Amino acid sequence: MGAPKIEIRGVDKEFKVEGRPALALAGIDLEVAEHEFVCLLGPSGCGKSTLLNIVAGFLQPSAGEVQVDGRPVTGPGADRGVVFQEYVLFPWLTVAGNVEFGPRLGSVAAGERRRIAARYLELVGLGAHADKFPIQLSGGMKQRVAIARALANNPAVILMDEPFGALDAQTREVLQDELSRIQRVEHKTILFVTHSIREAVYLADRVVVMTSAPGRIKEVFDIALPTPRDRFAAEFTRVESEITRVVKEEVAKVHE
Amino acid sequence: MRSGLARGAALGGVLVAWALVTYGNRWLGITNPVLLPTPGDVIAAAVDGLRDGSLLRHGAISLLRVLEGFGLAAGAALALGLLAGLCTSLRLALEPVLEFVRPIPPLAFLPMFLVWFGLGEASKVAFIGYTTFFPMFVAIAASVLRVDVMLLRAAASLGASRVALIWRVVVPAALPGIIVGLRLGFGLALFVIVGAEFMGADAGLGHLIMEGRTFFQPAQIVLGALILGLLGSLVNALLLAVERSLLRWQASA
Repeated sequence: MGAPKIEIRGVDKEFKVEGRPALALAGIDLEVAEHEFVCLLGPSGCGKSTLLNIVAGFLQPSAGEVQVDGRPVTGPGADRGVVFQEYVLFPWLTVAGNVEFGPRLGSVAAGERRRIAARYLELVGLGAHADKFPIQLSGGMKQRVAIARALANNPAVILMDEPFGALDAQTREVLQDELSRIQRVEHKTILFVTHSIREAVYLADRVVVMTSAPGRIKEVFDIALPTPRDRFAAEFTRVESEITRVVKEEVAKVHE
Repeated sequence: MRSGLARGAALGGVLVAWALVTYGNRWLGITNPVLLPTPGDVIAAAVDGLRDGSLLRHGAISLLRVLEGFGLAAGAALALGLLAGLCTSLRLALEPVLEFVRPIPPLAFLPMFLVWFGLGEASKVAFIGYTTFFPMFVAIAASVLRVDVMLLRAAASLGASRVALIWRVVVPAALPGIIVGLRLGFGLALFVIVGAEFMGADAGLGHLIMEGRTFFQPAQIVLGALILGLLGSLVNALLLAVERSLLRWQASA
């Protein structure tokens, strides 16, 4: 295995809450290898989205450093594609226009751009909807477009911030299946934030459980289950309950 | 279709009421019929004006002044509105100035423009520019300020530079507000051109109206007002059509 794709070293993040400093993240060390799918899991308020925003370059860490492909992160960039919970499509662009946004910035020729957009829209099952505007799509379809948009820009890593959190339970599972299938084809390096244990076990090669405030890494689980995974297999349920036990300790702390 | 019929009927009703009052007055001799011009009087004035070409000349001059003043102000409002929306320190610096200038009725400054720019075209164009700039600037800056920061994040993580963020995200995202601001500005320009032409002008629809007063031709006053109204609704319909075609993505389907 080569150098890690994402390297997080000694990251702290302090926020000012009503004028007083509050520690959101403390001493985070994490490496993500190439083609690896890592889930950040933890109770709400544990700072997992903050950590993702730091890797994306939207926030600066108070201490420590993040490197992607050996280069320190100083701000957002095309090497780190981001998929947001609220989709954040460009409403004035068609579905194809959204997917072509990154290649267009990269000065890819128009014909090639169209080919790229068609390929990724096909991959997420939206080939027939290229000319629609986002307002005409359902939540699940919007998130498929957002995933296609991130993939079409061919970033070194993809960061996903609770991407299925706003969807209903059925759509959520369908999209988990899709993402798992896409990952078996595309072999991306993915850092994925979720508070759903089931989702993490279904998708991840590794699950990183975080503690509640301040967020630290509590435990890391290697998920050795073969893909595609069966949510009802005995082994799946066993891993799920093992992680659930660890997460519950943290949730309980929040309520104390 | 139904609303189109209703609107046509309402307009027709107003015309009929106008005709009833004015022709009725003429029949019954309640007051001097010159004071209440009939639709026929106004049409006669329009035919006269069209025949000697004066109507077209006045209309064209007013429209040109409006276009020039509005165009200059729109350019400045777009540039400065974008800057102020993007740059917090500039916005904070401009805010007190705006709050001071904005409540002053623009017409209060009209004599100043005549003093500075004389009786020629420059004073009218400058005055319209001055009047329309502030509301357009405020609307544009506000719509730039309202652009969702998440859109900027999404674009930045697709590789957008600062310049690309402005042209490919801020401008299209703020476009609905920008267009509303421009429409507002144009309406206002038509609104104040009359005042500007009342004072020290030898042509234009405002002058035509003032001439109607001077030479006691009420029909000419009504004609000038009607043409201004017509011009306003035509331009508004045109801008709405542009807006609809530019903002296709907002329409639900």
